[in-house]
Amino acid sequence: MLGRTLREVSTALKQGHITPTELCQKCLSLIKKTKFLNAYITVSEEVALKQAEESEKRYKKGHSLGDLDGIPVAVKDNFSTSSIETTCASNMLKGYVPPYNATVVQKLLDKGAVLMGKTNLDEFAMGSGSTDGVFGPVKNPWSYSKQYREKRKQKAHGENEDSNWLITGGSSGGSAAAVAAFTCFAALGSDTGGSTRNPAAHCGVVGFKPSYGLVSRHGLIPLVNSMDVPGILTRCVDDAAIVLGMLAGHDPKDSTTIQDPVKPFTLPTFADVNKLCIGIPKEYLAPELSSEVRSFWSKAANLFESEGAKVIEVSLPHTSYSIVCYHVLCTSEVASNMARFDGLEYGHRCDINVSTEAMYAATRREGFNDVVRGRILSGNFFLLKENYENYFIKAQKVRRLIANDFVNVFNSGVDVLLTPTTLSEAVPYLEFIKEDNRTRSAQDDIFTQAVNMAGENLTSAIPEPHAKEPEQLHVTSFSYLPMTNELAGIIETFVVTKRPYWT
Amino acid sequence: MSSLLSASSALREDALRRLKREMWARAVKLGLRSWVGWRRGFTSKADPQRSGRVTAEVIEHLERLALVDFGSQEAVARLEKAIAFADRLRAVDTDGVEPMESVLEDRCLYLRSDNVVEGNCAEELLQNAHRVVEEYFVAPPGMCSPKWLNRLSLSELRI
Repeated sequence: MLGRTLREVSTALKQGHITPTELCQKCLSLIKKTKFLNAYITVSEEVALKQAEESEKRYKKGHSLGDLDGIPVAVKDNFSTSSIETTCASNMLKGYVPPYNATVVQKLLDKGAVLMGKTNLDEFAMGSGSTDGVFGPVKNPWSYSKQYREKRKQKAHGENEDSNWLITGGSSGGSAAAVAAFTCFAALGSDTGGSTRNPAAHCGVVGFKPSYGLVSRHGLIPLVNSMDVPGILTRCVDDAAIVLGMLAGHDPKDSTTIQDPVKPFTLPTFADVNKLCIGIPKEYLAPELSSEVRSFWSKAANLFESEGAKVIEVSLPHTSYSIVCYHVLCTSEVASNMARFDGLEYGHRCDINVSTEAMYAATRREGFNDVVRGRILSGNFFLLKENYENYFIKAQKVRRLIANDFVNVFNSGVDVLLTPTTLSEAVPYLEFIKEDNRTRSAQDDIFTQAVNMAGENLTSAIPEPHAKEPEQLHVTSFSYLPMTNELAGIIETFVVTKRPYWT
Repeated sequence: MSSLLSASSALREDALRRLKREMWARAVKLGLRSWVGWRRGFTSKADPQRSGRVTAEVIEHLERLALVDFGSQEAVARLEKAIAFADRLRAVDTDGVEPMESVLEDRCLYLRSDNVVEGNCAEELLQNAHRVVEEYFVAPPGMCSPKWLNRLSLSELRI
């Protein structure tokens, strides 16, 4: 039951094959069994059981709230949840209990979803491995899969069983691991430079990044205001479409949400690709791309071509600068956003009482880790009067060039772009930590962040199940239409089976 | 008035002395080199890969602005690398290109009507603060005297 898709479980609940309480208890016991993954920071057991009970009452009366009623979900720990600790995996917010729910969390709860807990992440969502939070790194469930164990047996013998576990990718690694380990059916992540799609790729689940402005950011503790979006992680594309339908739409509490009406949609069971034009950006054929990912990319392109779609090569000329541009803009906005943490109104506060500046400085030293401090200092450097024009404004200009690249491609008749999500499969933790956070982020976000800067793109990542470790593809389209989901669904139907492929 | 002033200046002197004591204690505890040589040691050395942009003045300035300290030589090195990485942007021709602040620049932000629809939750909001007196957040004294501001930089305030 736990390996089913959201839609299948929802049907089972409606038909009475299983009750929300039973489902909730199964998930809770699986969370306990998979505690070694470290996917959850807080497991909200009492809250979940209470919500499950209420859902059960609704089902008994025949008044279910819809497809999400009674479904266990998890939320990344940088979304505010009323009365449930929200830490952002940082000492700065340990013990912080928000007095309100983030809009997306409230929407899920209003539709009857059952909140299993808050998932682990990189501290303040800065990182691409989910290894830098204060609660420890998240382990990829695939590290314990048959395929990976077999692959490891062929290598060194006498190696400690648990020493070579794989990272989940980041920063929404906990959410991805929670979904991949079957402890919930959907999870919320956040996506600023690939933080939902990267762990989705490494954990073999679907990661969906909505266009900027489609889903409310109210309650999401901000990293980069102009690029952040809440992300959705599920086990299949259809589930992501269901969740998106519940979350999208204007929110008066977030004035950066678009005011156009948004209609929920369902994916067609059969989609015609004859009239579709798919673009393959040639600049994404990086030399560092692993051969397995490259071959999967060709396989998908050939699949579409054989079904009648037009597959052409396109160019996004400023691709090589996008990661640099992202780095400057991200650190600059971070420097500004992290200024709110001074220990006065909420969060950690040190014991020094000599002066406000001394108190702020010591509080921030104790509360933030090296990664966060490094980004704040870099951001402040780029924002210095003498550097503002040459770095920050320059990066904003390059951002426009990158966004224009996408506009030009989509205006030339291309409907969607098909690209890899990451350079290679998930790497073992011991190898990942050989480089620092900034270097890793620059390497791992290379395909994903350009889309965050252009903003107006829907993106999803679809898993390749037959590989030894998960690999993924990216499908990007230009508008707020559900087209990427349809195409992702097509790839899924042909390439992926809906049964769990790791045991 | 004069007694207040002398009391406050005595307090400040006390505080300074206590600060310096604590700084020494921590330096010894962490096995750091003496704090006098500490900042001097942070300037970037001549290195072909580094731009040498992060001088002692820049370090002090950034720490003051950010209220976050570097903490180690590695952190300075990381900033140097970050700057070198960002320098790659110079190769892009951006003549005549307008900076892009937001992808939604061609839309108007939503403005709601100016009516009070929520609030009255002071108690809830005060619960998350460590130090509260009635309905006030309590902060340590700010440094209002210019003499104080000039004398002490963040590193001197560093504990």
